[in-house]
Amino acid sequence: MHVSLFITCVCDTFYPNVGKDTVEVLEDLGCEVDFPEQQTCCGQPAYNSGYVSDAKQGMKHMMDAFAQSNYVVGPSGSCVAMLREYAHIFKDDPEWKCKATELAEKTYELSEFIVDVLGVEDVAAVFPGTATYHSSCHMTRLLGIKEAPFTLLQHVKGLTMAPLPDAEDCCGFGGTFAVKNAAISEQMVQEKCAHVHETSADYLIGADMGCLMNIDGQLSRSDSPVEVLHIASVLNQRTT
Amino acid sequence: MSIKLGDSPYHKRVQEGIDNDFMRGAVSSAQGRFRSGKAKAEEDLGDWEAWRNLGEEIRTHTIEHLDYYLHQLSEQVSKRGGHVYFATDADDANQYVQDVVQKQDSKKVVKSKSMVTEEIGLNEALEQSGCDVVETDLGEWILQVDEDPPSHIVTPALHKNKEQIRETLHTRKGYDETDDPQEMAQFAREQLRKEFLSADIGITGCNFAVAESGAVTLVTNEGNARLVTSLPKTQITVMGMERLVPTWEELDVMVSLLTRAAVGQKMTSYVTSVIGSKLADEIDGPEEFHLVIVDNGRSNILGTEFQSALHCIRCAACINACPVYRHVGGHSYNSIYPGPIGAVLTPLLDGYEDHKDLPYASSLCAACTEACPVKIPLHEHLIRHREIIVEREKQTPASERLLMKGFGKWSASPKLYNFTTSMAKKVLKPWSDNGKLSHGPGPLKAWTRQRDFPVPSSQSFRNWYKHRDKAERRNI
Repeated sequence: MHVSLFITCVCDTFYPNVGKDTVEVLEDLGCEVDFPEQQTCCGQPAYNSGYVSDAKQGMKHMMDAFAQSNYVVGPSGSCVAMLREYAHIFKDDPEWKCKATELAEKTYELSEFIVDVLGVEDVAAVFPGTATYHSSCHMTRLLGIKEAPFTLLQHVKGLTMAPLPDAEDCCGFGGTFAVKNAAISEQMVQEKCAHVHETSADYLIGADMGCLMNIDGQLSRSDSPVEVLHIASVLNQRTT
Repeated sequence: MSIKLGDSPYHKRVQEGIDNDFMRGAVSSAQGRFRSGKAKAEEDLGDWEAWRNLGEEIRTHTIEHLDYYLHQLSEQVSKRGGHVYFATDADDANQYVQDVVQKQDSKKVVKSKSMVTEEIGLNEALEQSGCDVVETDLGEWILQVDEDPPSHIVTPALHKNKEQIRETLHTRKGYDETDDPQEMAQFAREQLRKEFLSADIGITGCNFAVAESGAVTLVTNEGNARLVTSLPKTQITVMGMERLVPTWEELDVMVSLLTRAAVGQKMTSYVTSVIGSKLADEIDGPEEFHLVIVDNGRSNILGTEFQSALHCIRCAACINACPVYRHVGGHSYNSIYPGPIGAVLTPLLDGYEDHKDLPYASSLCAACTEACPVKIPLHEHLIRHREIIVEREKQTPASERLLMKGFGKWSASPKLYNFTTSMAKKVLKPWSDNGKLSHGPGPLKAWTRQRDFPVPSSQSFRNWYKHRDKAERRNI
């Protein structure tokens, strides 16, 4: 199966290892992965802040960048939700409507792609330790992906999952919200980290590096021993 | 009161909310109770999603045919001897009520809980014309005694604890007993009973009016609305123009959704439906009935992309689900309508000028949209508000506008994107410390107040990919 990686600007710039792990996990599952180099950012920071015209420039560019792809797979529920939203954003634009719908229909979040499209629940990963999982808001509420990451994680050998209290609550990232309303965002991420610590887990796993960057920033500032990991990095662990 | 609560600036109000430990504890535990109660009630009901779809369908249909149903309602109320008045705005509504009060030379009004009367500032208007107005919902009464605005649309005194309430009752009403809630409630009952018996006019809000019958339905747990509608000789009901259902059948669905979504109850202690003034063979009920239907900006929302905001049934499920509300409390919104629905509705009813920060008081987590029993896409409305604030109202800072213009160009140009990605590490180097940024420049300053920010990787993913040795690939 031919898959195009949608790396997301956050992973591209800050977390290239998540990209590498994503590529390797997909290749191990028999996918041929390419990386359309014209891709940039999905446009969410501008779109969600109200700068719709500014955001649309990049969005159009992204539609062109992935025009040749069969499947587009990204390691972020939030950025994938943005790509899916293009269909709605361009619904009244005769020139871009079809391209937007096409891209929305072939784009998948990583865990969703593995479970729902490839039909795989066990990727043969081995990862000893106790972890909890942060269900990111856009992944669960906008994409409706609630089970896939748990399905994959429960098949990881050696991994024990501890449920996160109030798991459905936002971590306070919200893109530009974290900066524009930093005071509120700080309270939200502190509450999230308190719940992470209540689980006594050694690792916090998630499927969105935006949220994880936020939570990790708070954990790091408070010298917490909890290590933050993207699900792709857990799924790509083969030996202990 | 009116929609806007005061003049204190947004960020100051937010910080005051965050610093109010007691309020945050109270809000957090109340949200927990409401949310688990709602979840249980949803489960007990069966297919909650099917109920939500039905609720959405009923609200959509009703608002799309609002003119028809308002006319029908008005006809039915008139047929039963009631007076109907369509008020275009707050002043118009207040004036009508003042006229009724003056015509009857009334000195005392008792009220049951009503958000729309808070919205139009009815109490102040009546007090100015020399009338004594008494709130009879326990939470509203406590707030009235304390001269404090509501912070929640269903449980208005959510931000107060029993010690604070005891202090209020002691200073303002001479209460000398303990802060035991039952004892204080007993005191309130005694105080309020006197008011009920001596009031000339009862004013109520309206959860739903039933168009086919002209009935006004009130959903309460204290029974005070029943006294307000049965003891005084005159009843005035003030309703927002969108608060109606076509028939009793839809009322059944909407009340089922409302009580569960609001407080996790299958049914509140009282669901009261009253039709017009009492008939010759009836024992109780008002001799005179007035229905004031308030527009106050609502008809401007009809036909716009915000029309579904008028579907709101004021259950506060979105408020109870909102993590922002949990940390800042209701007063931070500076609107009689707080939380996600407040952030959507307030700019529509009262303009962007005074409320432009509200649509941004959300991380767009969509917990509100998920909680809404009639499926209002609240987070999408917030994004649309932001778009209007940016593109039509042009009310965002110049520096932000410039930054976003740059973002647009950057995201449309791989060249520019690659350049900044490769430069990011170098640019941020002066602020880097041990693999992280603990205080950053520009927008990162706010981020790094209490959080670290990652240092850009020395090699971007695309660089790695470009130079990746084909032999490295596992399956190829």
